[in-house]
Amino acid sequence: MRVTIKLFATFRDGRFKVESRELPEESQVGDVLQALGIAPKEVAICLVNGRDANEYYTLGEGDTLSLFPPVGGG
Amino acid sequence: MGGYTGKILRINLTDKTIKTEALNMELAKKYLSGRGLAGKMFTDEVPADVEPFAPENKLFISTGALTGTNAPTSGRFMVVTKSPLNSTLASSNSGGHWGPQLKFAGYDMLVLEGASATPVYISINDDQVEIKDADHVWGKDVYETSAILKQEFGDDQAKVLTIGPAGENLSYMAAVMNDLYRAAGRNGVGAVMGSKKVKGIIVRGTGKVENADPEGMKTVLSGVMKKIRENGVTGQGLPSYGSAILVNIINENGIYPVNNFQGSYDPDADKISGETMTEKYLVKKHPCYRCPIACGRYCKWDEGEGGGPEYETVWVFGSDCGIHDYDAIHQANDLCNKYGLDTISVGGTIAAGMELVQRGLIKPEELGGTPLEFGNAAGMVEWVRKIAFAEGLGAKMTLGSYRFAENYGLPELSMSVKKQELPAYDPRGVQGQGLAYATSNRGGCHVRGYMISPEILGLPEKLDRFSIEGKAAWVKIFQDLTGVIDSIGLCLFSSFALGLSDYTQLVNAVTGFNYSDEELLKCGERVWNIERLHNLRVGYTKADDSLPKRLLKDPVEDGPSKGQVFRLEELLPEYYSVRGWSEEGIPTPEYLNALNM
Repeated sequence: MRVTIKLFATFRDGRFKVESRELPEESQVGDVLQALGIAPKEVAICLVNGRDANEYYTLGEGDTLSLFPPVGGG
Repeated sequence: MGGYTGKILRINLTDKTIKTEALNMELAKKYLSGRGLAGKMFTDEVPADVEPFAPENKLFISTGALTGTNAPTSGRFMVVTKSPLNSTLASSNSGGHWGPQLKFAGYDMLVLEGASATPVYISINDDQVEIKDADHVWGKDVYETSAILKQEFGDDQAKVLTIGPAGENLSYMAAVMNDLYRAAGRNGVGAVMGSKKVKGIIVRGTGKVENADPEGMKTVLSGVMKKIRENGVTGQGLPSYGSAILVNIINENGIYPVNNFQGSYDPDADKISGETMTEKYLVKKHPCYRCPIACGRYCKWDEGEGGGPEYETVWVFGSDCGIHDYDAIHQANDLCNKYGLDTISVGGTIAAGMELVQRGLIKPEELGGTPLEFGNAAGMVEWVRKIAFAEGLGAKMTLGSYRFAENYGLPELSMSVKKQELPAYDPRGVQGQGLAYATSNRGGCHVRGYMISPEILGLPEKLDRFSIEGKAAWVKIFQDLTGVIDSIGLCLFSSFALGLSDYTQLVNAVTGFNYSDEELLKCGERVWNIERLHNLRVGYTKADDSLPKRLLKDPVEDGPSKGQVFRLEELLPEYYSVRGWSEEGIPTPEYLNALNM
């Protein structure tokens, strides 16, 4: 299945901004994190299709995963 | 006593008298300082029905008890007056270095009364205070004025607070600027200063602000500095990217308003994100006084350089106007700094104008040759200038989006609350923030209860942004805590890392007042209620605790918040109840008694 992965802030350093990846069925967010070399505790905001998710969320075809380190403002 | 200098400087512009008086410490214990004490004094001294531009209106420039101390982020001050934009008890906050300098000169607060017949500026050099002629700087922009006043003062350490042409022209969106790029932006406070014909206030102080418990303060400081350093937002996110880091976060959550809140997701948002700013435009950080966070930016773009822009500014001149040209956003921000305008209200008014054009309500001949359409960056920048100088249609826009859209029979196209333009979060997808908008005492505003923190950023804990459960209580606590932070002179951004007990420890070490957490939070609750009581006196009712029709009735059409509307009717009664107010949103005498008000 194809999943779009979007990285933000420091997660982009040495990686990418947005990439479409082919993943095995039943892949979880945690599998993507492992492949990217990001520890789950480094992730402050994890969204799948704009909704809150976590490392145990099982991804589906066409999902967009957005990952942010701790950031904020206003 | 520490923190407070114990002195107020009161200047009457009509008869040109300058007096100092003792700060009422009994009131300060109940209302702290900054927004709280100035608000209380305003309501005690000024009739609620005063005309905002009448000499009888007063302008309080009020530091906090911690302003100018060694507490982190202690550079803040408040401008408090009756707002010309919406008659609320305006309290417009700014960082920079001006506030601490006023404290070093020996004053907690400066009160401007009456009105001068001719332009003047005020020069404060410790206890030497003079009212000086300002004919030569009247009409000049913020940058030129600041340079001239500094030169005349002859001390590079002096700090300048000034209005620009927008304040002189009495724009309801005029800001009071300091340190060139820092704005007490909201509620049109710059126009009140302009109505008094006060162009600026330059201040130099050589004193120190003492702490009541210097040894205790060392321990407290070491703890709070560690928290700020180790918190991901204050220690890393904000320092690295500035507040514009929010562009992508808010957009990915589908609460990022596009084209005057017609949409809530922008596929091109990354073109104007904090990451892009850092990569292409950032020259250096531009921190306020004693700020370890240093979120302030200094950028260079195709035709200039200067301070900012902040997240709200990037959004409003960007996606809310359908624009992804970062150079144009920098230009619009620079013009607002230069001419002394509030970016949120100016951008919101331009965006409302763009929708009026989109709907064919503004005729082409009204535009004077300047395009006013979503996506037209050059036109957007020119409208900022026209608003500053009240040129052509800009003269109508200078009174804000509500009155502007009302001219065309569609005030609901103004994305505002109590006539003040909304910031950069679509409340349909973030219910607590919507309630904070609807109930904000100064009208459309995100910094009177920043529910984005728990609902989106997960600080101090993650809440479900679509849920209404428990949100009324969260909003109340956030509003009251913000009342504390705004009244002690610290930056709201410190609260990403610090909690109530940290503020209590800081306040106690500085002032020696020995508050409990509960007592300190009560001070914030009084601040909230004093503003509410003013609003009720000027005629606001429950019906005004609301949002534009679009956000109540039209579900979000696309993106992650698809299908959502703001659930006002369910949230508002619970909020009034949690606040201890009547069903009509009126604080009862018993409740006010219990608050010792």
